[in-house]
Amino acid sequence: MSVFQFYARNWGELLHLLGQHLYLVAISTGGALVIGFPLGVLLTRRPAWRAPVLGLANVFQTIPSLALFGILIPVFGIGAWTAITALLVYALLPIVRNTYTGIAGVDPAVREAGRGMGMTGGQLLRLVELPLAAGVILAGVRVATVVSVGIATIGAAIGAGGLGVYIFRGVATVDDTLILAGALPAALLALAADGLLGLAERRLVWRP
Amino acid sequence: MSAVLEVRDLGYADRVDGVSFVVGAGETLVLLGRSGSGKTTTLKLINRLLEPTGGDVVIAGERAAALDATRLRRRIGYVIQEVGLLPHFSIAQNVGLVPRLEGWAPERIAARVRELLALVGLDPGVYGDRHPHELSGGQRQRVGVARALAADPPLLLLDEPFGALDPITRLELQREFQALEGRLRKAMVFVTHDVREGLLLGTRIGLLAAGRLVFLGTPEEFRRSDLPECRQFMDAVA
Repeated sequence: MSVFQFYARNWGELLHLLGQHLYLVAISTGGALVIGFPLGVLLTRRPAWRAPVLGLANVFQTIPSLALFGILIPVFGIGAWTAITALLVYALLPIVRNTYTGIAGVDPAVREAGRGMGMTGGQLLRLVELPLAAGVILAGVRVATVVSVGIATIGAAIGAGGLGVYIFRGVATVDDTLILAGALPAALLALAADGLLGLAERRLVWRP
Repeated sequence: MSAVLEVRDLGYADRVDGVSFVVGAGETLVLLGRSGSGKTTTLKLINRLLEPTGGDVVIAGERAAALDATRLRRRIGYVIQEVGLLPHFSIAQNVGLVPRLEGWAPERIAARVRELLALVGLDPGVYGDRHPHELSGGQRQRVGVARALAADPPLLLLDEPFGALDPITRLELQREFQALEGRLRKAMVFVTHDVREGLLLGTRIGLLAAGRLVFLGTPEEFRRSDLPECRQFMDAVA
């Protein structure tokens, strides 16, 4: 049976799993953005916190995903919330790091010009630092999203659903078609997310 | 003549020491000195980009230290060498920046921007929507002057505004600036290491050496001074 025959018979289930997958990625990346973006901005204001915070985020990044899922099960139980929490932890580093790096990379002379014109700290952030750092920050969001789409497939192992359900089922039954049925839309989803965010980047980011 | 800017015994760490001067409306004090003599530091102490460790700055009768730093800076026009314009802002947005921060109505800002671009010799219809990187160095510096004048501040600080320009453009802008000085009647502090420029544009010259003001007088007095520091500068152009 080919993948397309499989989809023709199971399109309802496919859409359901795709929906679950999108949900896992959207909530976790959105959450990482809500926490990571202000944290990145804060690091530019509190240089002493930079090393410990980025170091910790780096350490989280090195934990193998299956192990992180395992560690979190006692806390959040089986299901979507454990997966979402783990994905959020992974998405945090690229977002915090790129927000910090983007703002820290703004030409100090431009920043001083803004201050010299009488901008407050908030105005400097909103009118100068964020617009000039937007490219780097969005690149971080892009990396976080694409990585999340991939790692979210493992969520199926702990009952979070998503396209990984087909992959794990296929591995268990040694069925290549089933593995492909999960892997193919996951890969396409990653590409689509990358393309869409790239488009947003070109629209939003100022370039000379 | 009333003093717009009064600097008393200004100090900053070991970089500026006991600098005092007064600048009135229509006056341009040129701070002359070699690299590292404390010229730029002195300017930044006036608009509090650096906080003085000693002495006082009084602007139009008010102590700068007692004012909110951002409000103080909006009352002082500031022209910076080279990169002073915000690269992601259009020319019109750059010139209208301080009025915008001050909360002017958009129509009033637009009118002011047109007026100022015309004043510095740039056609608002041609240049308003461009970005700084699309302009030549000389044009950017004109925009920098227009921006500093936007909220009509009584005091202008200029930090080597023509330093990065080619000699011909520099001369052109110096002449135009001289004409502006007469029309605007602002108090100005102009930092440069170019003694020709200082003698051309200054109503008075202040010579800084190792953070101290070693000479303060008219360009004519500067030319005739026997002070070794002054002679060094005069010999450099002879």
